[in-house]
Amino acid sequence: MVDATAKTELAVSCRGVRKHFGEGEARIEALRGVDFDVRFGELSFLVGPSGCGKTTLISVVAGLLNRTAGDLAVLGTRMDDVSDEDRVLFRRKNVGFVFQQFNLLPAFTAAENVAVPLLIAGVERREAVSRAKTLLSRLGLQHRTDALPKTLSGGQQQRVALARALVHEPRLVVCDEPTAALDHASGETVMELLATNAVHPDRAVIVVTHDSRVFHYAHSIARMDDGMIAEVTHANGTAQSHRPDAFRHSEQEAFS
Amino acid sequence: MNFVALRMLTGDRAKYFGLVFAIAFCTFLLENQTSIFANILRRTASQILDVTDAEVWVMDPQTEYWEQTKALKDTDLTRVRGVPGVEWAVRLFKGNPVARTLKGKFAVSFLVGLDDATLAGAPRRMLMGSWERLREPDSVVVDQAGYELLFPDEPLELGRILEMNDHRVTIVGISDASAPFASLPVMHARYSEAVNFLGRERTELSFIIGRPGPGISPKALTARIEAQTGLRARTTEEFMWDCVNYYLKHTGIPVNFGITIAVALVVGTVVAGQTFYLFTVENLKQFGALKAMGVTNPRLVGMILLQAGSVSALGFAMGTGMAATFFEITLHKMATRGIVLMWQSVALTGACILFVVVVASVLSIRRVLVLEPAEVFRG
Repeated sequence: MVDATAKTELAVSCRGVRKHFGEGEARIEALRGVDFDVRFGELSFLVGPSGCGKTTLISVVAGLLNRTAGDLAVLGTRMDDVSDEDRVLFRRKNVGFVFQQFNLLPAFTAAENVAVPLLIAGVERREAVSRAKTLLSRLGLQHRTDALPKTLSGGQQQRVALARALVHEPRLVVCDEPTAALDHASGETVMELLATNAVHPDRAVIVVTHDSRVFHYAHSIARMDDGMIAEVTHANGTAQSHRPDAFRHSEQEAFS
Repeated sequence: MNFVALRMLTGDRAKYFGLVFAIAFCTFLLENQTSIFANILRRTASQILDVTDAEVWVMDPQTEYWEQTKALKDTDLTRVRGVPGVEWAVRLFKGNPVARTLKGKFAVSFLVGLDDATLAGAPRRMLMGSWERLREPDSVVVDQAGYELLFPDEPLELGRILEMNDHRVTIVGISDASAPFASLPVMHARYSEAVNFLGRERTELSFIIGRPGPGISPKALTARIEAQTGLRARTTEEFMWDCVNYYLKHTGIPVNFGITIAVALVVGTVVAGQTFYLFTVENLKQFGALKAMGVTNPRLVGMILLQAGSVSALGFAMGTGMAATFFEITLHKMATRGIVLMWQSVALTGACILFVVVVASVLSIRRVLVLEPAEVFRG
């Protein structure tokens, strides 16, 4: 099992990370040397046009995909030293996921869905559901703990998914377009809850999003383009341009 | 995680019940057809199996099965009795006379002539009367189904009269002889009378039945009889299989039942196997999410096998229950009496269902194992 308890200032450190799919003429360079850092206690946004490599990057960072080249350290662990089996255990213990389409198990109640990561970790079912209900109450869903996903609104489903991502207290939370399937008000609620409940000094949160209306929640925004990080903007106003020709002001405006 | 696997399985009620009932009906069809097939073939040897007091059958070398006999010479009985190891041996006659009631109802019958002195070879149980009454002149014991065929809608009653080959014969007993392959009355009489009920021929000795003495097996005795007499000798079980194999080889029964069983198997395989396969494939997104959250491949395999095992066990149990109910109902009908759900059919069907579900599981497991957990980000 990977020991990811060692505290480092950087939760995620990517240096020249590359990832390609296929071979020969079908080869696609999804990541073309990504330099990307995520600090503990921060809500880091990853933005950019469709197909620029955002999802591939968070998949690599979350241990869902192997990188092709480059150095990658997540929660103090060099991922190139981790076997496939340990990568699964690493995800189980250290990573929480929020998906665009929620990916809740339709046959499970909200509380049971939230309890799934605990069940995977071997927690006894009764205790897992109890802890799940407590967390759902914190997220304002105490009255819907026994509801099936199909009876919940989109915003409620995403709050359940958020609770599922947090229930086992992971040190890294990865969110893929968490507000894309929601109306503005529901998106705001989800982001508010994410910022309130997920951000923690010992946890890093990465959010992939196209939704510029929620940029103001970010501590930093990394903009990707063509498989590379083009620019990183921080809430303190500093901007680090990796590719000056691709610089945009929209992210800086979000912090103004 | 067993809870997660089972809840995923039962969560979609329509798919779940579809799966269970597909397996249940496949089980029912397979158990039903294979049991009927086996029981019908077993009926070809009913009159052999009814003879419980003998273990060895001796016949002309040309005799292949119960229905087709070539008479032995009376001296053959003496020769068989002279073989060392034969505890006793008696004659048995088999013929097919026409029995006619006073009302004119008639039917070709199986007539079995029992040794006059011992009455060896009589079936197991009497429903009315007694075997000893066969010692009365012109007497016959008829089975219940034969009685109801000759005297429809009339109560069972002793003393009724039949006419066979110009002989006035009295029914002195009603037996529960096993149903023969053809739905004909089964009658028993003393040997000396049975040959007269059919019409005298030069030779009438159909079979010699006997039992080995202490220290020698029926199988060893048959070999010894064949070696010393040149006649054909079979144990009861061997003779039963001779009859079964004859019908398997020379009739269309196995082809007809084989087609039905094959269709049941194919349809069951397609429906149950494909339904389970599709069930897993349709849940790939859920399995992908579980993989992303840290469920290992061996655990996923265990979950799918648990789903397959539980759904097939439930479907198989329901199907077997349906088959048992079916046979319980038909067992009490005269035409289908003695046709029961055979444990061999249950075991064979269980193996088939297990095979089908395992194949479907393996195919679907493969899809889950090659699934990249990153797929969950692709919506």
